[in-house]
Amino acid sequence: MLELRHRGAGPGGAVTPPPREGEAAGGDHETESTSDKETDIDDRYGDLDSRGDSDVAEIPPSLDRTPEILKKALSGLSSRWKNWWIRGILTLTMISLFFLIIYMGSFMLMLLVLGIQVKCFHEIITIGYRVYHSYDLPWFRTLSWYFLLCVNYFFYGETVADYFATFVQREEQLQFLIRYHRFISFALYLAGFCMFVLSLVKKHYRLQFYMFAWTHVTLLIIVTQSHLVIQNLFEGMIWFLVPISSVICNDITAYLFGFFFGRTPLIKLSPKKTWEGFIGGFFSTVIFGFIAACLLSKYQYFVCPVEYRSDINSFVTECEPSELFQLQSYSLPPFLKAVLRRETVSLYPFQIHSIALSTFASLIGPFGGFFASGFKRAFKIKDFANTIPGHGGIVDRFDCQYLMATFVHVYITSFIRGPNPSRVLQQLLVLQPEQQLNIYKTLKTHLIEKGILQPTLKV
Amino acid sequence: MTELRQRTVREDALPEDKELESEAKIDGETASDSESRAEPAPPPASIDDTPEVLNRALSNLSSRWKNWWVRGILTLAMIAFFFIIIYLGPMVLMMIVMCVQIKCFHEIITIGYNVYHSYDLPWFRTLSWYFLLCVNYFFYGETVTDYFFTLVQREEPLRILSKYHRFISFTLYLTGFCMFVLSLVKKHYRLQFYMFGWTHVTLLIVVTQSHLVIHNLFEGMIWFIVPISCVICNDIMAYMFGFFFGRTPLIKLSPKKTWEGFIGGFFATVVFGLLLSYVMSGYRCFVCPVEYNNDTNSFTVDCEPSDLFRLQEYNIPGLIQSVIGWKTVRMYPFQIHSIALSTFASLIGPFGGFFASGFKRAFKIKDFANTIPGHGGIMDRFDCQYLMATFVNVYIASFIRGPNPSKLIQQFLTLRPDQQLHIFNTLKSHLTDKGILMSTMEDE
Repeated sequence: MLELRHRGAGPGGAVTPPPREGEAAGGDHETESTSDKETDIDDRYGDLDSRGDSDVAEIPPSLDRTPEILKKALSGLSSRWKNWWIRGILTLTMISLFFLIIYMGSFMLMLLVLGIQVKCFHEIITIGYRVYHSYDLPWFRTLSWYFLLCVNYFFYGETVADYFATFVQREEQLQFLIRYHRFISFALYLAGFCMFVLSLVKKHYRLQFYMFAWTHVTLLIIVTQSHLVIQNLFEGMIWFLVPISSVICNDITAYLFGFFFGRTPLIKLSPKKTWEGFIGGFFSTVIFGFIAACLLSKYQYFVCPVEYRSDINSFVTECEPSELFQLQSYSLPPFLKAVLRRETVSLYPFQIHSIALSTFASLIGPFGGFFASGFKRAFKIKDFANTIPGHGGIVDRFDCQYLMATFVHVYITSFIRGPNPSRVLQQLLVLQPEQQLNIYKTLKTHLIEKGILQPTLKV
Repeated sequence: MTELRQRTVREDALPEDKELESEAKIDGETASDSESRAEPAPPPASIDDTPEVLNRALSNLSSRWKNWWVRGILTLAMIAFFFIIIYLGPMVLMMIVMCVQIKCFHEIITIGYNVYHSYDLPWFRTLSWYFLLCVNYFFYGETVTDYFFTLVQREEPLRILSKYHRFISFTLYLTGFCMFVLSLVKKHYRLQFYMFGWTHVTLLIVVTQSHLVIHNLFEGMIWFIVPISCVICNDIMAYMFGFFFGRTPLIKLSPKKTWEGFIGGFFATVVFGLLLSYVMSGYRCFVCPVEYNNDTNSFTVDCEPSDLFRLQEYNIPGLIQSVIGWKTVRMYPFQIHSIALSTFASLIGPFGGFFASGFKRAFKIKDFANTIPGHGGIMDRFDCQYLMATFVNVYIASFIRGPNPSKLIQQFLTLRPDQQLHIFNTLKSHLTDKGILMSTMEDE
């Protein structure tokens, strides 16, 4: 994550292509394949399978995209500080952009998440093309984007359509699309699958299968995560903001603690990470999460589930805040009582949950970063891409978020609330009339038993 | 699928081996041709699993017919085995599906190890099996628990496991993920990532399909038997038609497949599907959803057959009327659906076979494994089924029935009271609008 950045900060900001050691060190493997006139392309790149990491050439990095303005402004400083300044400025820019989009509302946030997903997909697929030299494989670029489209269509149809239930009920064509949604998505996916099979070309079988698998694993990682992010968002913007900020905070505070106090290395995979940074980051992230949760829980804008109002055709976040976001008194355990000299403290229950979220962000989140570091070392790339000057690609920024979104979603469904009510309603409306009648009777009995419904009311 | 098998039938086994050997020599014995280097004998020379009995009985025939006989006998053995399992009931079927899934996973992972020479990677064998266990636990918990709902509610530990199921599965998966990251070793990063990717794609393919198969099974055994039989029938029929009438090649990927075999197989499979569904729709044990009876603690298939499985009169369209001379015909509605299923099995199913053929050519293997003598591995037999299970599941969900009512009730009961009331009122107004609910029935 930040590790390769440290390496770059030393020798200088500009990136120079390293010597292509692959050609020389390949030894007998390379000379044999190049000397053979009729080498099967499959076999030449099949070398990639069994060669050790050190034998493989590095992938040449993309162009340096630091804007000219910044370069001129910082031309006076030494290259180490210049890099530090670029990173700092870009960090602040990204954070302000984040705040701006939050202000603009949930719909913009959804679009942002979609944009990030597409860019991450593009970055990882491009790496695959470069690893396998398969940029010119017939059809493959089209097929990768087509699969991305199919999977997105499937997920958006399954989840987001639930929220637009009232809107959808009105339009006839949309009704049709929703009712047969799975079938349509499956048919679209099948068309892509058959196109893949028909596009298999004799000399390129192995490469094509690799790219097929690469695409699918990328989709599995990126698209599912981004949809879980959007589902969390619909639960309430606070479930989107607090986890993401906790991860970013852990990033920054672990770096700062490591910078000032770092001594014992944490893991061989990322030599610049230290135990001091890890533990310092953990405590600061928990405190940060606690405070952020306290601040955000006050506002309905963040706390209420996002709903789509068909009358005004926009998203609203207005509701009676649930118990989770109402101040409650907790009695302190004895040792804290002695320290703080108070009997009770008022907290939002959500702050207790935020401790769990921050703990996950600081303890397990970094594993996502190690995974990405290992991936970069395995394929000998410095960054996923060069989209953000000084930081690398979008995936570099979001690698730790990878597991966080899934955790938050699983946490919500397990501990906070049950299934989605609008989804249950939608499924009820799709059943056969006799089944609906049966369920109606069962529900009525249950509600009367629980006292939620008064039996004498003739509403 | 049967393509490489057909090659062995048409020519003797020996030239086949020579063909593979010469292919290897042309490639210059590069390091990538790892199979031919690591194993001194080419794959066809792996251990011959044909039982001694068969070997002796057939020792007199020429090797071409011997191979044909071995395959024929094994085919009949597999079909007989299939019938026995159906007779034994849904529980045994579920176990068989699970075993087939584990064996397929094992076969594909072993190929991965051979391709990447990564058999000795630290931890990796353990991790692959661990991920298989996690994903199976997740799926079985999500789907099968619905059917055992009442049993689960009674037992306290099961209830907790079911309530926090997603969280527990996610934790298990995370542990595996963290173990993977911690096991990354300096010189082997790329191999480890490849094996990680390979494991996940295999899980995606093999485990999801097998769970959809079990879903279909619970819907009614007919939804399990008819699709699988259609695929098998298409296999056999396409081979027969290709053997007797085959002339125009179908696809470069499988040179022995022909258009005649494809089209002949299509029609034969549709007819077979119609006949089979007609026969099976008469029996309750095939047609009823599988339910778990709490009192007897076993599976029961007893119900009132739905409309789909009751004979109805259909008017034959004009042109067929003149051919057959009947005005109407009595059919089960399910037979109409079986036409859709057979069509999919014969038109799209083969793409699964082409995919597997391409995969075998890409990694230069003859068969996935040598489990079944004369046929290859379990994957070789099940490659066309790959897409069929998903299609049947999607078909059922889209056209036959909607969501599972008992699952909906279960979800409803976990909602908050105000949400429950809101849904109840919406449902009530919906039913009243549609006239299903009379307002005078309020007091019932």
